[in-house]
Amino acid sequence: MNIINILDEIEKVDGEIYERLNPRRAAMKSFYNFGSKMAVAAVPLALGSMFKKAYGQTTSTVIDVLNFALTLEYLEYYFYQQGAATAGLIPVGTPAVSAINTIRDHELAHVNLLKGAITASGGTPVSFVATQFDYTAKSTFPTVFTSYPTFLAVAQAFEDTGVRAYKGQAPALMGSPSVLQTALQIHSVEARHASHIRQMRKAPAGGGVTALKPWITGANDSGVPQVDAVYKGEDNVTQAGINIPSLGVSTAAATESFDEFLVKADVLAIASLFIK
Amino acid sequence: MKNFQQEDQELLHKESGILTAQLQRRSFLQYAGAGAAGIALIAAGCKKDDGSEGLRTDGVNLGSGDVGILNYAYALEQLEAAFYDAVVKTPYSGITAAELSLLTDIRDHELAHREFFKKALATNAIIGLEVDFSSINFTQRASVLATAKAFEDLGVSAYNGAGKLIKSVDYLVLAGKIVSVEARHAALIRDLIENGTFANSEVVDANGLDKARTPSEVLTIASGFIKTKINASNLPS
Repeated sequence: MNIINILDEIEKVDGEIYERLNPRRAAMKSFYNFGSKMAVAAVPLALGSMFKKAYGQTTSTVIDVLNFALTLEYLEYYFYQQGAATAGLIPVGTPAVSAINTIRDHELAHVNLLKGAITASGGTPVSFVATQFDYTAKSTFPTVFTSYPTFLAVAQAFEDTGVRAYKGQAPALMGSPSVLQTALQIHSVEARHASHIRQMRKAPAGGGVTALKPWITGANDSGVPQVDAVYKGEDNVTQAGINIPSLGVSTAAATESFDEFLVKADVLAIASLFIK
Repeated sequence: MKNFQQEDQELLHKESGILTAQLQRRSFLQYAGAGAAGIALIAAGCKKDDGSEGLRTDGVNLGSGDVGILNYAYALEQLEAAFYDAVVKTPYSGITAAELSLLTDIRDHELAHREFFKKALATNAIIGLEVDFSSINFTQRASVLATAKAFEDLGVSAYNGAGKLIKSVDYLVLAGKIVSVEARHAALIRDLIENGTFANSEVVDANGLDKARTPSEVLTIASGFIKTKINASNLPS
């Protein structure tokens, strides 16, 4: 049997498998060599201990997930806080003001909730201040706080990333049902935000991105090529081996009707662009 | 259960192609402990269910374990798909082209969800439910959108509450893939009714959390729109 093939297959559904097993890919290569020398009968036992380590439900796993989520919530909260506090950015006297305030307040609530949960679990919450973030993403979006359409474009990227990030962490929380439920309750709020921000971007003042829908169509419908990574894989049309268009809907509808998850490494790669 | 397990194995087979390895996927996953569908279903199917007080024990049986949860989701998607189908076939008076386009998209999403669950459940799928939309005035925008809002918010809370009842990683992820789309719908419908209500305090609490409801709570609300009696007494809790 070919262990490398199995690991590659798992990587398709769990891109973090190598990180779970060992943070260093190089170490996996030594495992390949080891595996090729093992008797076939011994392989399942070796895999058993390996995967138990990878998928074991421990308190530290849960705290890691919560700190990962907290990092993203800080990223979002300071973004909206700074946007709302920047004179002349959000059009005064429009519904946009209260919408951005609502979203900002939710992100702050998430920050506080996660901090409390991490402390209650015996962990130490990560801590960020506003100045640790660079919302221009190293000058990719230089007008993020001077151009309202740019601000909304980055907001959409954050919200859609947030949805994908929480989704990707759900399996790691299965051993802690109440934490899982809380994460899901945050996850759907982020999706509500994403839906609304997308509508705001359709409006003329928000950029007039008229093709945009509240849901994600295909791979990167944002009109912003710099955020391709946010939408990687959203054009998937196969769920649990079932081809969705074959059920009688268009390819576009097939991609829209299922939001895809992102693994932690992919989310962190996106988030790190905005962290100094 | 047996049929579903077989079907499930087939699904997994199609999905991954891992069975081409010498080691059978099934035993591989037992060792892997990755919470894969087939294995979790066996365990879930044998689990004694509890906490089902107050649920009717006659009518269409959703089943137990992950099959039961999938049938529960299938029932809700049937309800939503039937509703939007009627909305798109007989649009309310004064509907704009933009609204019809959005509602048609939602109809297609719910149809995809419904047909996905039907195919995934295969022989374990419950029958097609008979809906009761007599309380809805399909010619009136306010009536249609109020119903849509109720269904979408209900769907979000249902998936949020059901996540922790799912034993299989694969199905938890699938439920996650669907619930955020329902939340996108909910926010849009709310904004169509009144802009800015996409995540107001009706649905999001002071901790920034959306609602989560138990199957019992959800089915009690949904029963006003479903003629077919549903027996959810074997669902996990």
